[in-house]
Amino acid sequence: MSAEIIISVKDLQKHFNAGAVHALNGVSVDIEKSEVLVVIGPSGSGKSTFLRCLNLLERPTGGSVVFEGTDITAPRVNINLYRRRMGMVFQHFNLFPHMTVLKNLTLGPTELLKKSPAEAEKKAMQLLERVGLSDRAGAYPSQLSGGQKQRIAIVRALCMEPDVMLFDEPTSALDPEMVGEVLDVMKELAKVGMTMVVVTHEMGFAREVADRVLFMDEGVIVEQGTPEEIFDHPQSERLQSFLSKVL
Amino acid sequence: MAEAFAKIKESFIFNFIEGARWKYITNGLLVTLKVTFFALLLGIAIGVVVAMIRSSYDQTKDEMQPGFGKTLMTGLNNLARLYLTVIRGTPVVVQLLIGYFVIFVSTTNTVFVASMVFGINSGAYITEIIRGGIMSIDPGQFEAGRSIGFNYIQTMRHIIIPQAFKNVLPSLANEFIALLKETAVCGYIGLMDLTKGGDVIRGRTFSAFMPLIAVALIYLLLVIFFSWLIGKLERRLRSSER
Repeated sequence: MSAEIIISVKDLQKHFNAGAVHALNGVSVDIEKSEVLVVIGPSGSGKSTFLRCLNLLERPTGGSVVFEGTDITAPRVNINLYRRRMGMVFQHFNLFPHMTVLKNLTLGPTELLKKSPAEAEKKAMQLLERVGLSDRAGAYPSQLSGGQKQRIAIVRALCMEPDVMLFDEPTSALDPEMVGEVLDVMKELAKVGMTMVVVTHEMGFAREVADRVLFMDEGVIVEQGTPEEIFDHPQSERLQSFLSKVL
Repeated sequence: MAEAFAKIKESFIFNFIEGARWKYITNGLLVTLKVTFFALLLGIAIGVVVAMIRSSYDQTKDEMQPGFGKTLMTGLNNLARLYLTVIRGTPVVVQLLIGYFVIFVSTTNTVFVASMVFGINSGAYITEIIRGGIMSIDPGQFEAGRSIGFNYIQTMRHIIIPQAFKNVLPSLANEFIALLKETAVCGYIGLMDLTKGGDVIRGRTFSAFMPLIAVALIYLLLVIFFSWLIGKLERRLRSSER
């Protein structure tokens, strides 16, 4: 039985500076429902650009992204409607500093999904409970630790009830001792069947949680496979040398 | 000493009490505050809109696909730049005279004309202040808003403008204080503002010291009062983040 494909990326290209820099050079991949896809690679390999092209924070210069059957790169597509269904978590959290945690979580649901404040708050509190931060609902982001901020950022994305979650190096800006608490939340999410695309340098996480690992370099997918295939039996020289440096 | 004091008292009574001349001051003050208030409202409204046009154009011009949207944005942006250049490149007194004698010829409501002219003038400076504020916000904030599904305007309204406003409050306060004092040239179009009121008394009593110093003192007290008020507001806005 073939699984349902949620995002289908075809020949994705991204050129910067009028073609002088090729960040993505023809990336094609199908992402299945409930799959955890981890993207690894050296910096500058285009993995973040790839992720940001999935919800068009970066507009690809070529190729297409088909999300749940709609080509969102086509002209006259209202991208805002599709972004609601793709949660995104950033390296630097990007919580809204002028709002309390609860307001951060309920802004999208009340304004975009037209939920009543009570309904949105109920959902937010449930999710906060799950990440163990229900006591911080009234706090401002500046009062939180990095790990707490990132867990809140994950909850903020989840409050929109997305079909897929995109993670852009979610633990790279954290103190080492806070990485674990964020990864735990992500593992929890993977367990309940959330479709996830994760750009990360956490090889342990990739090995443990990923269904499939993509290794990118110079704007292309060099190798992909299960964590065992990638980490234990790397085929290409490029991946072997990358792994020898990071493991 | 007592003699000097009595002289000042006499001059005060002569200039302000006799013939109820203090009314020139109070009525003038009211006009000054009215013009400043309406001009500020108009200026902020213009400033927010034009700043959004300018910064959205700068942010998206490379990504816009050709079509009606791009033509519209380019047109609006050029219009905005023309507005900024003309308003900031000409003296406000000249603008006031043009406003009164050329543009709003049909109205005799000078408070309206002055509010419009000072509002349009101030809008140009406020545009640049707010644009600076918008650009000072981390682009990640913008991306976070867009990634949730907010469109450009919604992201501006809920996320960027509230933060930018807090950052630009000191500059905005400066602009407000400058505006308050700038309205002193209203007399050019025959508007009886605070300055003109003091000047009229000078013309009636042929004594310059008392009415002009009084006018200066009132401006000074107003500025001190508003600075204090804004400082308080600023502290309150800031405390919400701690």
